[in-house]
Amino acid sequence: MTRSVIELPVHADDRRIARLAALAIGLTLAEAALPSPIPGVKPGLANIVILLVLLQHGWRAAAWVSALRVLAGGLLFGSLFAPGFWLSAAGALASLLVLALARHLPQAFFGPVSLSVLAAFGHIGGQLALAGWWLLPGAALIKLLPVFATAALIFGAVNGMIVMRVLAASTSDRRQSAPCLFP
Amino acid sequence: MPETQPSLLRPGTRFRIGDIGVLLAGTACIAGLTLWSWGGSQGDTAVIRAAGQIVETTTLTRAKTFSINGPLGITQVEIQPGRARVAADPSPRQFCVKQGWLTQSGQTALCLPNQVSLEIRGRAAAYDTLGY
Repeated sequence: MTRSVIELPVHADDRRIARLAALAIGLTLAEAALPSPIPGVKPGLANIVILLVLLQHGWRAAAWVSALRVLAGGLLFGSLFAPGFWLSAAGALASLLVLALARHLPQAFFGPVSLSVLAAFGHIGGQLALAGWWLLPGAALIKLLPVFATAALIFGAVNGMIVMRVLAASTSDRRQSAPCLFP
Repeated sequence: MPETQPSLLRPGTRFRIGDIGVLLAGTACIAGLTLWSWGGSQGDTAVIRAAGQIVETTTLTRAKTFSINGPLGITQVEIQPGRARVAADPSPRQFCVKQGWLTQSGQTALCLPNQVSLEIRGRAAAYDTLGY
């Protein structure tokens, strides 16, 4: 009898994605504890991580981190494949698609704040599109659009400024190795 | 800085001109959404009913007054450009008079005791939440 060993080689990239995804999941859990006046209006702190990953490691890595965050978030909240999970997934997918386009904007004119605001609008757009099509067909959601859009603008801008600060902090020190953004 | 390094990694401590543009566009988008979803459409026609039958249909263009007969007496409906109201009514609680001017499509003032109603209509008929 021969023992078969299945080897799954783990690359540095995998470890990095796992580490970043863990950070995003942590932020998702932390902000779930924050009280919110309106269900669904959340700061979206995990998007800070997604945006940093996008800017530093590319879109593929960002998509991985985002997908892992949604999946693990669903597991941890116990809402895997429940409506809330699909809403989360739709928002994450839409914001990734927006970022895939928006990252080609000329970088001299559009910084992290632009990307963050656009991604936030994409996020809320994806969620509301799924909710309106699947969960709450009808006109009720339309009345909430301005509320969600305002939240997306404010939180998107704030998250973008946080990304800007983190990027500035990580590039201002002149270390040879890549700065550790996430201790 | 090597050319291959993404330029976004340069210190990004300041807003870029496009960021302000995106923020302004986002604000404009919110304003548009607010107007679209919260603002009703302006009405352009007033429909007056007595005992369920339409007695007058008039456009909200010129000022005029209608006197409608009901079981309790005369209800006066006042039309002005862009708006209409029940000016006087014999009903005891005066709900339809207190409603004041109606401007939006779908708004209705009901004077139930006197069986008179005033409804504003626009180009697109709004849902009649009283009727459904």
